[in-house]
Order: sequence, then structure tokens, then C-alpha cells
Amino acid sequence: MARRARDAVTALLDVRDLTVSFPTADGIVQAVRGVSFSVDAGRTLGIVGESGSGKSVATQTIVGLTQGAETSGQAFFNGRDMLAMSPEELRRIRGPEIALIFQDPLSALHPHYRVGKQIVEAIRTHENVSARAARERVIELLRVVGIPSPERRVDDFPHQFSGGMRQRAMIAMALALNPKLLIADEPTTALDVTVQAQIIDLMKSVQSDFGTAIIMITHDLGVLADMADEVMVMYAGETMERGDRPTVYRRPHHPYTNGLLEALPSRRHGKKTRLTPIPGLPPSLIRPPSGCPFHPRCRHAFTPCSRDEPPLGPVDDEPGHLSACWLRDEERQAS
Amino acid sequence: MSETPLVQLEHVVKRFPVGSTTLRRGPAEEVHAVEDVNLEVGRGETLGIVGETGCGKSTLARCLCRLYDLTSGRVVFDGHDISTLSRRQLRPFRSEMQMIFQDPYNSLNPRRRVGSIIGDPFAIQGGDEGERKRKVQELMELVGLNPEHYNRFPAEFSGGQRQRIGVARALALRPKLVICDEPVSALDVSIQAQIINLLADLQAELQLTYVFIAHDLSVVRHVSDRIAVMYAGKIVELAETEELFASPRHPYTNALLSAIPEVDEIEDRGERILLHGDVPSPIHPPSGCRFHPRCPKARAHCEEAEPPFEADGHGRLVACHYPVEPGELLRTREAAAG
Repeated sequence: MARRARDAVTALLDVRDLTVSFPTADGIVQAVRGVSFSVDAGRTLGIVGESGSGKSVATQTIVGLTQGAETSGQAFFNGRDMLAMSPEELRRIRGPEIALIFQDPLSALHPHYRVGKQIVEAIRTHENVSARAARERVIELLRVVGIPSPERRVDDFPHQFSGGMRQRAMIAMALALNPKLLIADEPTTALDVTVQAQIIDLMKSVQSDFGTAIIMITHDLGVLADMADEVMVMYAGETMERGDRPTVYRRPHHPYTNGLLEALPSRRHGKKTRLTPIPGLPPSLIRPPSGCPFHPRCRHAFTPCSRDEPPLGPVDDEPGHLSACWLRDEERQAS
Repeated sequence: MSETPLVQLEHVVKRFPVGSTTLRRGPAEEVHAVEDVNLEVGRGETLGIVGETGCGKSTLARCLCRLYDLTSGRVVFDGHDISTLSRRQLRPFRSEMQMIFQDPYNSLNPRRRVGSIIGDPFAIQGGDEGERKRKVQELMELVGLNPEHYNRFPAEFSGGQRQRIGVARALALRPKLVICDEPVSALDVSIQAQIINLLADLQAELQLTYVFIAHDLSVVRHVSDRIAVMYAGKIVELAETEELFASPRHPYTNALLSAIPEVDEIEDRGERILLHGDVPSPIHPPSGCRFHPRCPKARAHCEEAEPPFEADGHGRLVACHYPVEPGELLRTREAAAG
């Protein structure tokens, strides 16, 4: 495979023009439609989008967790294209190289096995170590992620852990094999804000200790504000905007990003002022709208929006800031 | 607004028995879900209730509208003591207090048409078919649904539209009080704002009183006039929304508010106070102040004596022996020890 662009040399994961679709009885669901992104070692990429934006499908496809999907594009991990790998090769990468954490830690842990045993098993599947050595390592890992008295709790069952502790255990399992990339799919959505703050803190300290790259998938712009270096906004299976986090948050270019930020109740709004919702509903992915997928809900939409798909192009002279919108800046400011 | 509050809760206690079955006898244990709560809800106001999972906020709301029987205490609704009324005696009050639930997928019967879901309250109260349909369609219009969709099933609507159906059903009998239990948590951000605006419009139009429960503090802040903060079954602080956010006085409120992820970069944002440990067991709550095992300000006294829930001299109600002074910086335990 021809490797162009300098970022291929440095990026840990480099995804190019990924498309994923699922054949269903109603038609082909085009879940991801030409998405590119990359993440470097020690950095955090935040992928934000609403239900059905394709944010989870994109990452799950890369690690081979979307059975029955039709995919195209490339996903270079350390220079090797994961989309061209066999299931066996992918299995060797999931865990030791790329670890995943999901939203619901209760369903991600087997209820019948002790927490420690499940992590031991994850280690011994990939490494040739004795059960005793692995157990010692698990206790140490549980200590690292902040489980109190880990030598005792290692033999607990998942139901004996609280929600926050289960997510910590999942992070311990994810870290067990010292992965280079951690994909966290809504890891704090099921948790209280106080616990969410603890988990984000933990992920940040893990990243600074081990240099792990993180892809954080969420619907919550607030969560990313605390940890992402770069942000990618997805809508209807496409990238609407991408850039470093302060730029995207302070100077959003795409009307959808702007809409998401304005729809959030926050300190900018006085109490009891009206929020600015995005009108309408997300589109069908079986028959996505022509042109820009956001045009039916966009208050800036004009003729070309429904006709031609805007390319993801650079915004002014802001390096690394990309947006897929036909509007020029004057028009945006005028309206 | 008249003088008397719409709802008054006096020393409300709710405990659930657990662990005792016919096979395993022994001293029955109890979950102390709500402990000695005193609270008033004024007419036309929105009272927010916040707290972590398991703090008793939903249980309190269900006690408030007598979906649960109280273990002890009193609920006075619109001047009537409803705490011990039977189901039948409660019926006239049911139409005046309604609930909107979190999950618009599970709170609507999938096999029934929208018109009949929203029309149920009218059917219970009597009235002829044509009249009912007209009223239902009026309601659908009021909440922003197309009245022509009267005969559709819930599955044909999106999450946001379903929540509108739930709102329409709750409003059918023109209640005085609507309890919103996490009404927007299951919705996407862009849709969430639509529902919040709808609730605000309806409140103004129909002079509704809301009790608004949500774990998303930004949402609660946006909609509430006053906020009650709950921890382990008790209200630890009650204040006007802006005052609470400007200077939280209970250390727990401090920690809770500092954990809110904010999109805006705010200069005055203090250090995040990370709480350690978990919410205490509701079966064996800690002695004294229930927050003391996690509190950065805890002293020996906190372990022994339960702080009263009383006015703090700044016009606020707070249950703490050593409330946080305005401008005081809380430190986490490690920082304080180190």
C-alpha cells in the first residue's frame, strides 16, 4: 500500500477514507461514509456525535468488531493496515496493542467469574506467565486504578463492585497488557459526575505515565473539554469538523458543531433563557440526504448545500482545522 | 403565587426492607432510602433535586406524589394531608400531580396507539369519544406533535417525539404539579434542548409547578429556581440556583459542582475536588454526618453528631457542622494530609 503524507510516519493510528455499511432488510445502512482521522502516541482524540452518527461503528470496525459489515478504506496501526488483517491477526492486536473500554462496565464483565480472574485470563491469553505472577500483576493494576484494598477485592465478583469500581476494573484490564492505544467508547456515560471526574482523572494519569494514545468517543462535549487534544465532530456517518480542541470549541466553523455547543445549557446562558435546539431530527442512514447531510436542519443552508457535498477542507489559516461546509466566513458572520 | 406552598414534606422517611425471606429468617435489614426530609415546593416554581445514583432523589419524588407509601412523616399537597390516604381517597389528587419519566422507550406501551395513550386519563375520568379525540389532538399540538399522527404507534416516533408524548400524557388532566424524573437524560443534545424549551413554555402557559430530577447538573441549573442537593437519603443543602452555584456551602455540594464538565473555559473555575471512595451503603449509613467518611473538612465531631439541617445565617439551608465559607478553597484529603 502506498504510504504518502508525513503523518503516516508519526501517527500511531492513521485511518483513511473509512466506509462501513450494513446490509439490512430495509436497505443498506451507510453507517460510516468516508471518514479519516489519526492519533499520535500520548495524545487524545475525541470523537463526538449524537446517536447514529457512526462514531462507535468507525472505531469498532477498525479493531474488527463489526461482523457482517461491508468496509472499505485503510486503517494503519503502526504502519500495518488493520482492515486487511485476518481475524486471527486482529485478535492478537486487540488487548496487547489496542484496548477497548465500553460504556456499560457491568455487561462488559462476566457476572460468574471473579474480577481478578477475568483480568488474569486476559493477561495469560496473550502472555506466557504463571497464574500466580499474573495475579500479582492484577493486584498491582487494581491498586494503580484506585481500587481500595486490591488484595482482597481481586476475588470479588463484578456485582460486588460499584459502577465506578467496575469501570476502574475495566481500565485495569485494558492496561494489563500495556496497550499503545486505548479506545474508550462513552466510558463515563453511565456514571455520576463525581465518578466521571475520577475516571477522567485516572485516564489522564495513565496516559501521562504510559504514553498511551486515547480515542475517546462520547456524545458529551463537556467530557472532551477536559481531556481531548484533538476533536472530531461526526454527523450521519461523516466528519463535519476536525481540529485541536480549543480551536473547535472557541471558533467552531461548522454550523452543526456550533449548534451542538449552543444547545448545551451552560454558564453562557442566563438562568431560564431559552436554549437553541437544532431543529428536526438526524437523517436516515439508509437514504442519507443529498449534498451536505446536515443541510435539512441547518439554518444557514443555501442552494449548493442540498446539491453538492462539501469537502472536508482547511479553515482559513488555522493549521489542522478542517470543516465540511460551503459557507464562507463573510456569509457566516452576516447571518 | 399564593402564600401556602403547593407541597410540604415534613420529616419524610422511606425505608425498604431487604434481605429477609421466608427461607432466610433473621433480623430484617432496611435500605434507608430517604431519611427525615423536610421540603417545600412553592407554587409555580421549579425545584431541582440533584445527587448521585442511589441518593434517594427518585424515591423522594415518588413519596412526594404518593406512588410510595411513607414509612413515616407527612406529605401535604395543596393544603391536604395526603400521607395516609388510601388509593381510592388519593384518586382526586392523582389528576393534579403527574410524572414524566426518563426513558421514552419503556414508559409508553408499544402496542397502543398514541391517541389512546394520551387519551387514557380522559377515559378514566369519563367523557365521550369525539370529545376525547379533540382534547388529545389539542394536547398533541400543544407539545409540538402533529395531531394527524393520532393513530400511530410509539415505535413510529423518535426519542424526542416520544418524550413529547409522555409530556402530553402528563398534562392531559391539567395537573398542578409535574414531577420530571430525568426527562432529558436519554435524549441527544440537540433534541434535549427542544424538550427543555418545551417544558419551560408549558410551565409559563399552564402555571405548572415542576420538581425536576436530573443527574446532569447543567440541565438542572438551567431549569431550576431552587435546588435541593441530596446525599445518602438526606438533603444536605437547599438554595436558590444562582446562589448555590456561586457559593456552595456544603462540602459535598462543592465537590459535586466542581465535577461538572464545562465546555466553556472559565477563569474562576476552582480546582476540581475529587471525592474518594463511594457513596455509603444505604443499609448501614455512616454515623453522624453521612458525608464524613469522604469529606475533606471532616473532624471528630462530624462522626459523632448529625448536623441539623438549618439556616446558616446567609439565608441558606445547609446540613453541615463546618460549612464552606465563601471564598474558602477546599482541598482533597491527600492534599490536606500531604
